[in-house]
Amino acid sequence: MNLDYLDFEQPIAELEAKIDELRLVGNDTDQLNIAEEIATLSEKSRKLTAGIFSDLSAWQVVQIARHPLRPYSTDYIERMFPDFDELHGDRQFGDDKAIIGGVARLDGKPVVVIAEEKGRGVNQKVYRNFGMPKPEGYRKALRLMEMAERFSMPVLTFIDTPGAYPGIDSEERGISQSIAQNLAVMSRLRTPIICTVIGEGSSGGAIAIGVGDWLNMLQYSTYFVISPEGCANIIWKTAEKAPLAAEAMGVTSSILEDLGIVDETIPEPLGGAHRDVDAMVATLQQKLTEQLEALQQQPLDALLEKRFERLMSYGNG
Amino acid sequence: MSWLSKIRPSGMATQAGDRTTTVPEGLWKQCPKCSAPLYWPDLERNLDVCPKCEYHTRIGARRRLDIFLDKEGREEFADDVLPIDRLKFRDVKKYKDRLSTAQKKTGEKDALIVMRGAVMSVPLVATAFEFDFHGGSMGYAVGERFTRAAKRSLEERIPLVCFSATGGARMQEALISLMQMAKTSAILERLKQAGVPFISVMTDPVYGGVSASLAMLGDINIAEPGARAGFAGPNIIEQTIRQKLPPGFQRSEFLLEHGAIDMIVSRTEMRLTVARLLAKLAGLPEPVEPVVSEPIDLE
Repeated sequence: MNLDYLDFEQPIAELEAKIDELRLVGNDTDQLNIAEEIATLSEKSRKLTAGIFSDLSAWQVVQIARHPLRPYSTDYIERMFPDFDELHGDRQFGDDKAIIGGVARLDGKPVVVIAEEKGRGVNQKVYRNFGMPKPEGYRKALRLMEMAERFSMPVLTFIDTPGAYPGIDSEERGISQSIAQNLAVMSRLRTPIICTVIGEGSSGGAIAIGVGDWLNMLQYSTYFVISPEGCANIIWKTAEKAPLAAEAMGVTSSILEDLGIVDETIPEPLGGAHRDVDAMVATLQQKLTEQLEALQQQPLDALLEKRFERLMSYGNG
Repeated sequence: MSWLSKIRPSGMATQAGDRTTTVPEGLWKQCPKCSAPLYWPDLERNLDVCPKCEYHTRIGARRRLDIFLDKEGREEFADDVLPIDRLKFRDVKKYKDRLSTAQKKTGEKDALIVMRGAVMSVPLVATAFEFDFHGGSMGYAVGERFTRAAKRSLEERIPLVCFSATGGARMQEALISLMQMAKTSAILERLKQAGVPFISVMTDPVYGGVSASLAMLGDINIAEPGARAGFAGPNIIEQTIRQKLPPGFQRSEFLLEHGAIDMIVSRTEMRLTVARLLAKLAGLPEPVEPVVSEPIDLE
């Protein structure tokens, strides 16, 4: 089994393995029919991928959103903002590595970037606390958002977290208050805010940097109030029922768009963002640029009133 | 029949039997904390706080507002906001059926009650969570009722008080319930900017999405003695860090020690304390108990 592929992707992995084999043989023998065979198989693989990805279950989307190869915030920041200046610390307690903040330029315009980072590989995962922010992370985000307001810089947030960190120190330093405070301030921050769920948007840890004027979800990202495992644990008393929970909760962008919560679904490359990271970043960058331009054309007071009215409307039948 | 009951004359009762015949059923309760036997009418008079050990038993939303508000001039509103099952959520049961079960059990349509009234003649809007309704969880109806309460406070420029008792966001309404966190926080921010006071009173328990939104956003945060409040439940934290939690973790005394709340207030002192605080914040004179003309009891 190829671990770079999820279980439902294994037929694709087998085809791709064959193609790789043929390429090796082709290098040795230089025969024309091998090149043809490769082309045929590649087309077959593309079709197979398109087929599998056209009909994904909610649980499969959750798995793609958590795919170990999926681009994380740093992958976007590196490619999208070559001039990124990272800014550290909450000025009160520490610098939370699960949230990256800084200033950058999008299409030449200065912006503040706030991003949750899960970290790739064991060392980075530990360093980033698996993308689970503590109060100081949300307070760093708040500090930078308030700075953005002072200097009329729009805020771009990238959401990707398994949740705010559930630990003793988190509770001692007021994780609830830090999340609540961000929700309150983001609702009235006098600068445009665009939020994008790039992977896993889990509950309070996600919405704590998720209030704004425009909410994007990447096609195979996921956003939920409780993880499917957590939901399954409560209802079925076992995490194994997570696929059922994912289905019941409606954790994908299409459903959340229907509910009026998500504004736009950003299409991913065939087979998911990780199959072509550069293309994914380019698509998102293009979208963010357009969205920001549209938001900045509106008078700020009108924008803020719209943001508030939208918050008030959540759930209205 | 045991041999004892055979030889005992039928008119003579054992001690246990004696109690059931002379004291009406259910008049005695045992304090869950100190195990003291409590005479129910006494307990009720003491607002369901154990007179021996100060243990605060859980009380429902209606009783909560009843013991808090002045008798005169109460008006319930926002009760026309009803829960909506937008997702047609279904697990082992339908959410719709879970709702009707909760409605039958509590007599409420959802887990938050809102009233316009006064406390010691200080006018206010008061809200209380009904924990027995689906764990006091916040979905659309709770978020919307709370928001309407806050809007009324804002319009009339009178304080808002919320007694929370909740497990958090209502998972059967999925992301709609998560969005209620943003909604309630946004309206509270408007109150803050308008200088309309909000006092949040946490009563056992307050967790998850409610803790991480409206409950922590008070100008003044209060907790009842021994109430537990936090973001993640103790089980989740123990599973994550794989160690036992220290005693008293997330109790109101812990919250006070770590700066999350302003004060711990006993239920028997709540009315007076909140009225006194609100009067100060609103620049009103020291409040006094309104004189209620009660009919004289002639025996």
